[in-house]
Amino acid sequence: MHIVIIGNGISGVTAARWVRKLSEHKITIISSETEYFYSRTALMYIYMGHMRQQDTQPYEPWFWAKNRIELLHKHVDSVAFEAKELSFSDGSSLAFDKLIIATGSKSNKFGWPGQDLNGVGGLYHIQDLERMNKYSHGLQKAVIVGGGLIGIEMAEMFNSRKIPVTMLVREESYWNNVLPTEESAMINKHIKKHHIDLRLGVNLQEITSDDNGNANGIIIKETGEKIDCGFVGLTAGVSPNIQFLKDSGLETGRGILVDKFLETNIKDVYAIGDCAEQRSPMSGRRGVEAIWYTGRMMGETVAYNVCDKAVSYDPGIWFNSAKFLDIEYQVYGNIQAKPPENHGALYWQHQTENKSIRIVYDVENMEVLGFNLMGIRYRHEVCEKWIKERTPIESVLKNLSLANFDPEFYEDYETELVFLYNSIHGANLKLEKKRKWDFVRKFLSQKV
Amino acid sequence: MGFRSKILISKSINMNNYDKSMSLSNPHPPFVDSQQKLAATLGSIGLLMMVLAFAGYSYSNVGWMLTLSCLMLSTGIIWYALRAYYHKIPGIKNDGVWFSSIAARGVLGWISGIVITGFYILLYWYPNMLGQSSGADAANTGLIALFDPLSFLIKGQAASQWFVYGTLYTMAILLFGFKFILKYRHNKYQIVRTISVMFFQLGFAFLLPEFFQAMNEPYYNFANMWPLNYYFFDDYNMNTYTGGTNFGLIMILWGLAMVFIISPILTYLYGKRWYCSWVCGCGGLAETAGDSFRHLSDKSTKAWKIERWMIHGVLLFSFLMTAAVLSTYFNNNSGQWVSKNLFLVIMIAVISFIIGFVLWRKHDIAKSGKNIPMFIIGSVGIVGLLVLFSHVMGYFVLSAGSLRSVYGFLIGSAFSGVVGVGFYPLMGSRVWCRFGCPMAAILGLQQKFFSRFRITTNGGQCISCGNCSTYCEMGIDVRAYAQKGQNIVRASCVGCGVCSAVCPRGVLKLENGSSDIHTKTDLMRTIHISEDEVKILS
Ligand SMILES: Cc1cc2nc3c(=O)[nH]c(=O)nc-3n(C[C@H](O)[C@H](O)[C@H](O)COP(=O)(O)OP(=O)(O)OC[C@H]3O[C@@H](n4cnc5c(N)ncnc54)[C@H](O)[C@@H]3O)c2cc1C
Ligand code: SF4
Ligand code: SF4
Repeated sequence: MHIVIIGNGISGVTAARWVRKLSEHKITIISSETEYFYSRTALMYIYMGHMRQQDTQPYEPWFWAKNRIELLHKHVDSVAFEAKELSFSDGSSLAFDKLIIATGSKSNKFGWPGQDLNGVGGLYHIQDLERMNKYSHGLQKAVIVGGGLIGIEMAEMFNSRKIPVTMLVREESYWNNVLPTEESAMINKHIKKHHIDLRLGVNLQEITSDDNGNANGIIIKETGEKIDCGFVGLTAGVSPNIQFLKDSGLETGRGILVDKFLETNIKDVYAIGDCAEQRSPMSGRRGVEAIWYTGRMMGETVAYNVCDKAVSYDPGIWFNSAKFLDIEYQVYGNIQAKPPENHGALYWQHQTENKSIRIVYDVENMEVLGFNLMGIRYRHEVCEKWIKERTPIESVLKNLSLANFDPEFYEDYETELVFLYNSIHGANLKLEKKRKWDFVRKFLSQKV
Repeated sequence: MGFRSKILISKSINMNNYDKSMSLSNPHPPFVDSQQKLAATLGSIGLLMMVLAFAGYSYSNVGWMLTLSCLMLSTGIIWYALRAYYHKIPGIKNDGVWFSSIAARGVLGWISGIVITGFYILLYWYPNMLGQSSGADAANTGLIALFDPLSFLIKGQAASQWFVYGTLYTMAILLFGFKFILKYRHNKYQIVRTISVMFFQLGFAFLLPEFFQAMNEPYYNFANMWPLNYYFFDDYNMNTYTGGTNFGLIMILWGLAMVFIISPILTYLYGKRWYCSWVCGCGGLAETAGDSFRHLSDKSTKAWKIERWMIHGVLLFSFLMTAAVLSTYFNNNSGQWVSKNLFLVIMIAVISFIIGFVLWRKHDIAKSGKNIPMFIIGSVGIVGLLVLFSHVMGYFVLSAGSLRSVYGFLIGSAFSGVVGVGFYPLMGSRVWCRFGCPMAAILGLQQKFFSRFRITTNGGQCISCGNCSTYCEMGIDVRAYAQKGQNIVRASCVGCGVCSAVCPRGVLKLENGSSDIHTKTDLMRTIHISEDEVKILS
C-alpha cells in the first residue's frame, strides 16, 4: 500500500515515522517548502543567529532513506480523490492508496489596504524568514500587526538586530484573550522593558507605500497616527492552509473536517495538524488547535488508523508553552483568561523577578483544574496526573515540590504558595519537601 | 589565555567584516558598541606587550611591564564583558553567534585556531623559542623572562614555560569565568558551577602546587588524578613522592584514593559532572574561555561513533601504558614498600574484579543495547592481563619507557594541548574531553552504568527546536531524546547544564535519582499513545 502525506511538518513527519514503526507500507512525504523537515518553532532562532537552518532539522538527512520514507520536494496543485491521484505544479502526478493531508497553516490577512505590498509579510514559512532577512538590511523601523505568540517572536527577532519595533495589539493588554490579567500585565511590562514600542488597543487602518510599491508606513485606525517603517509584519493569527482543496469534494469548515479517527468525508483520506478541524472536539477544546503538540499527537494517532488499527484522537489534558522574550511560560489544564464563576485561583507573583504561579481549582469541590507558570518550570506528568485525578488543591499544595522542574539550586517558591494559601484560607498546610526525582517517580507510579 | 583574549579582541574590532554565510545572509547589526571597542583595544595592548616580549623586545623594568600588561589585559576583558552583558536584561544571550566570524569558523576563527595551535606547539616542543632558558645557569629571555618577577614572588625561582602557561591559563579561567557568570547570571546552577571551576583552578591547580614547590615539596595538584594525570605512576614521579617526606606519601595515598574511592562515589552520586564541569582544569577552560565555541561540536551520529572508538581507544592505551610503567617501577624498586610481585597480584585482582563485575552486570548492559563499552572494558582487562603476564614472562616487546613516551607525545601533549585547545574555534571547546580524555572515558562508563545522574525530559513539552543539541559542547544530540520524551543518559555528558539553560520550553533538568538507575533510559512516555496502551477499537 502506498501512503502519501502532503506536508513535511511535525504532523506529517510524525505520521510517517509511526506508519513505518507499524507497517511496511510505502511512504512518500511531499512538501514544497523545504527538502527536509525542520522545526517551524525554531524559525526565530535562525534569524537571530542562534542556530543555522540545518540545526533546526530534527533528523539527519540519512534518516529518511534508512527508514524508507521517500521525500518529494514539489507543490501539490490539486487532488483527484476519485482517481486517487495528486497533480504537481510541474505537471507530474502521483497515485496513492491512502492520503494524509498535513498542509499546516498560513498567516492571516484581513483585507487591510496595502497588505500585499513589498516589505509586508507574516512569519510562517521559511520563505517568510528569507523575506524578513532581506528587508532587515538597513531597516530603520519595523511595525508588527498582531500581538499573539508569533508577533512577540517577530518583535524579539528585530530587537536582536537592534531594529526599532512598534507592535500594534488589538487587545487592551498583551494576549489577554488567553493569559489571565496579572500574567498579561507582566508581559506588557517586559515587552516595554526591551524597548519595544507596544501599542495596546489599536488596529491597523492601512499600509502606505512609495511609488515603487514598497511599504513605507502604517496608519493606526483609532488615532490616525502614521508610523514610518520599511517592513510590516502581519502576525494576527494563522488559518488552515487548504485553498488548493476547495471545491474538490472534501468537506471543509475553517479546516478540513475530520472525525475522531481523523478521517475526512472521503474514505482513505485523512487530515492532521494545523489544517484539520475536528467535527466534534472534546469538551473544552477547539476544533482547530494550531499547535505543535496536537500536530504530533494527531500524526501518531493517524498512523494507527491508516494501518487499520482504529484509534480515536484523544489530546488529553491541555498543555502548552512559550517564551515571551526572557520569560518562559508553561500551562497545564484549564486556565481561562476570563474565568467562569466556579474557578478559584491561588496566584503568587515574585516581588522583583518575572515569576508567577497560578493554580486554578473548582471552588465547589476544591479540585485542581490547571497550572499557569511564568518564569518557573513545572513537571508535565505531575501536573497532568493531579488534574486527571481531580486532586484536591490542599493535597496538591502539600506535595507541590513534586512539580518543580527548575534547575538545581533554584529558589524554592512552593513554601510561599503554601503560606499564601494558609493565610487566605486559614488553613495549616505543611509543605513536604519532595523535589527529588525518587519522590516524583514514586508518585507517578502510584495508581489511584 | 593571552591567545584567548586575542580572540575576543579581534572579534570586536572586525565585527563588520562578516565572512560567514550560513543559511541566512549576514546581518550587520551593531553587536559591539564603542565602549566594547575601547575595552578590546585596551586588552589588545596588554596582549601586544606580551607578543613584543615573545618577539624579542626586552623591557627595562620587567616587573612593571608584566604588571601593566596583565592589568590591561584583565581590565579589557572585564570591561568588555560588563558592557556585553551587565546592562542587558538577564536571559539567554546567543544573538548573532552563527553570524560571527570568530565563533562560527569564519576567517577569524581559522586564524585564531592556527595561532593557538602554534602557541601550543612552541610550548610543548620548542619552549626555547618562548624564551625558556637552556640550562641551569642561563637566564630566561623573551616571554618567559617577562614572567620571572611573578614566579620569584610566588615561589622564589625563575619562571619556566609551565609557569607562564599556568599563569595565563588561570587568568583565562578567572576572567572568562567572570564573563560566563555575567552571561548566565539568571541561572544559579551556572553561577555555582563556574565559581567552583574558578576556585579549583586558582587554588588547587595553580597556587597550591607552586607553594609546594616553594616549600621544596613535590609539585602536586590535589584536584588532578590518574589517568588524566598520566605521569602519576611514572618512575620519577613516584620516586619524588616516596623518596621525600611523609608529605609525598600523603600525595600518593590521596591520588590512589581519588581514583579508586572518591571518584567512583561522587560519580555514583552526581555523575561525571562533579569532575568534568566543576573541578577539572581542562573542563574549566572549556567552560569559560571555550564557551563562545561550544556550538561548534559535531552533533552527527557519525561523530558519536568516532568519539566512542577514539576515547575508549585512548583509555585502553593509557591503561596499558600505566600497567607497563608501574611494573617497571616495581621492578626497579623491588626493595620498596610494595614488591613487584605484590603489585602484579593486586593489578590482576583489580582487573579480574572489573571483568567479573561487568560480566555480572552484563544482563543490564545487553538490555540497554550498547555493547561497545562492554567490549572496551573487557578488552582493557584482558589485554591488561596479557601485558602483565607477558611482562612477567619477559616477552614484553615494547619497553614501558617507549610506550610511555609515545603516550606522552601523542595523548599528553599533541591531543590534550595542541588539538584540545588549539581546535576550540574549529571543533568546539571539548574536543579533548570528548574524543581523547581517558578520565572522561572512565567517568563516562561509570556515569552510564553506575550513576544516579540523568537529564530528565519534561513530558511532551519539547518543540524539537534544537537549541539544546546546538549548544551541547559534547556534541550530544539532546533533542533526539527530548522530543521522544526520553531521558538523556550519555556517557559523555559533562553536566554543564547549558542544554537545560537554553531550552526555551523548560524541557530539561539535570537530576540524580537512585530508584531507577537501571531503567533510567526507558521511555517515560511516548508522544501520545504508548504502543501497549493502544486499544483496538473496531
Ligand atoms: C514562528 C512560529 C512559532 C511557533 N511556535 C510554536 C510553539 O512554540 N509551540 C507550539 O505549540 N506551536 C508553535 N507554532 C505552531 C506550530 O509550528 C504549528 O502548529 C505546526 O508547525 C504545524 O505543523 P503541521 O505539520 O500541521 O504543518 P506545517 O508545519 O505547516 O507543515 C505543512 C507543510 O506542508 C507544506 N505544504 C502545504 N501545502 C502544500 C502543497 N499544496 N504542496 C506541497 N507542500 C505543501 C507547507 O509548505 C509546509 O511545509 C509556531 C508557529 C510559527 C510559525
Ligand atoms: S547534554 Fe547538556 S548538560 Fe550534558 S554536556 Fe550536553 S549541554 Fe551539557
Ligand atoms: S531546546 Fe528544549 S524544546 Fe528545543 S529541542 Fe531541546 S529540549 Fe526540545
